[in-house]
Amino acid sequence: MSPGVDVKTLVIDGKDVTGRSGQTILEIARENGIDIPTLCHLDGLGDVGACRLCLVEIKGSNKLQPACVTTVFESMEVSTQSDRLLKHRRTILELLFTERNHICSVCVANGNCELQSLGQSQGLTHVRLPYRNPDLHVDASHERFTIDHNRCILCTRCVRVCAEIEGAHVWDVMGRGIDSMIISDLNDPWGESSCTRCGKCVQVCPTGALFDKSKVGEAHPKYPDFLPYLNLMREAK
Amino acid sequence: MSKLTLATVWLDGCSGCHMSFLDMDERLLALAELVDIVYSPIVDRKDFPNHVDIALVEGAVASVDDEKKIRKIRAHTTTLVAMGDCAVAGNVPSMRNPIGPQAILDRAYIQNVSTQPQIPCVVVPRLLPIVRPIHEFVKVDVFLPGCPPSADTFHTALTALVTGAPLDVPALTRFGA
Repeated sequence: MSPGVDVKTLVIDGKDVTGRSGQTILEIARENGIDIPTLCHLDGLGDVGACRLCLVEIKGSNKLQPACVTTVFESMEVSTQSDRLLKHRRTILELLFTERNHICSVCVANGNCELQSLGQSQGLTHVRLPYRNPDLHVDASHERFTIDHNRCILCTRCVRVCAEIEGAHVWDVMGRGIDSMIISDLNDPWGESSCTRCGKCVQVCPTGALFDKSKVGEAHPKYPDFLPYLNLMREAK
Repeated sequence: MSKLTLATVWLDGCSGCHMSFLDMDERLLALAELVDIVYSPIVDRKDFPNHVDIALVEGAVASVDDEKKIRKIRAHTTTLVAMGDCAVAGNVPSMRNPIGPQAILDRAYIQNVSTQPQIPCVVVPRLLPIVRPIHEFVKVDVFLPGCPPSADTFHTALTALVTGAPLDVPALTRFGA
């Protein structure tokens, strides 16, 4: 690190680490090979702390803090793997599975879904809470893409990539709490919206909520890795 | 040591889990050295036995008949295994939940039928309003997600259950696997 940089030293899971002032716990943890699960976070997008999967314990505070939006301070002691946190992470995933209709076996993202693979990595074999079975629609009005609200976890990655990176801000969130819905423009059909057809939202969507129509019936991996590179190239310009 | 008794049951599922179970192929012969299959769609026995050591249950609970069966199975089983995504999470059968059974029956038996449209009401059991996984009705000891769980998953899991070895399910399978 160059002189003049404000270095913070802290402890994450018993490991001494350092970071720059203004960095988040998540950034520093990942730089040091400490895995904190995330869903709404995506490298290259602004963080909102929506999914709560990255909650960590900070010594001296009873409140759990989301690692993606909590900046480090000197002598901070962070715990990312306590029993309490593992229990909360599991419950958060169960709540996500019950909130809408996630039928993995018939989902376009089966095998390429971050919710599905997180369920597995966090040891989920079943969901202890009753399913809500909401009646949600599928908007296939767009020429190339479809939004299936049954699979949406409201991470808002699509909203952020469209507003921050593409600059179109077609997507937004309507309603509050359990009634929240992702909408295009003023709740217009996606195909009649101001969408630029760039497809960034499809690539950043962690589940099968946004998908490419041409991929139906075949493997549909998402490639969100372009984001940090795109940002880097734009900054260099 | 006398052999353990194994039952397999088919509730509201597609039988794919049973097909995958049979895909263990020659390993079934080795399994047959350790367990007797006493009740199953592939065994000619009408009533669930008084006591079964391990019961593999495929399918969700979708009708009054399924509910009666799962309660009876639980009462007579030591280790109850939810086999596959339908039993574990509702899966495809639960896709009717947002719409409800009446709309589904109307669509299948009235709207799309040209001759004598009628909803079957004799012999067939009444559908429950909501299709639910079996653990919402009875205690489940082991969950094996997958659509269907692979033959390898069955083999590893059953070997562990029969021998009492530790079983790490998330290492084997997941929802939709």
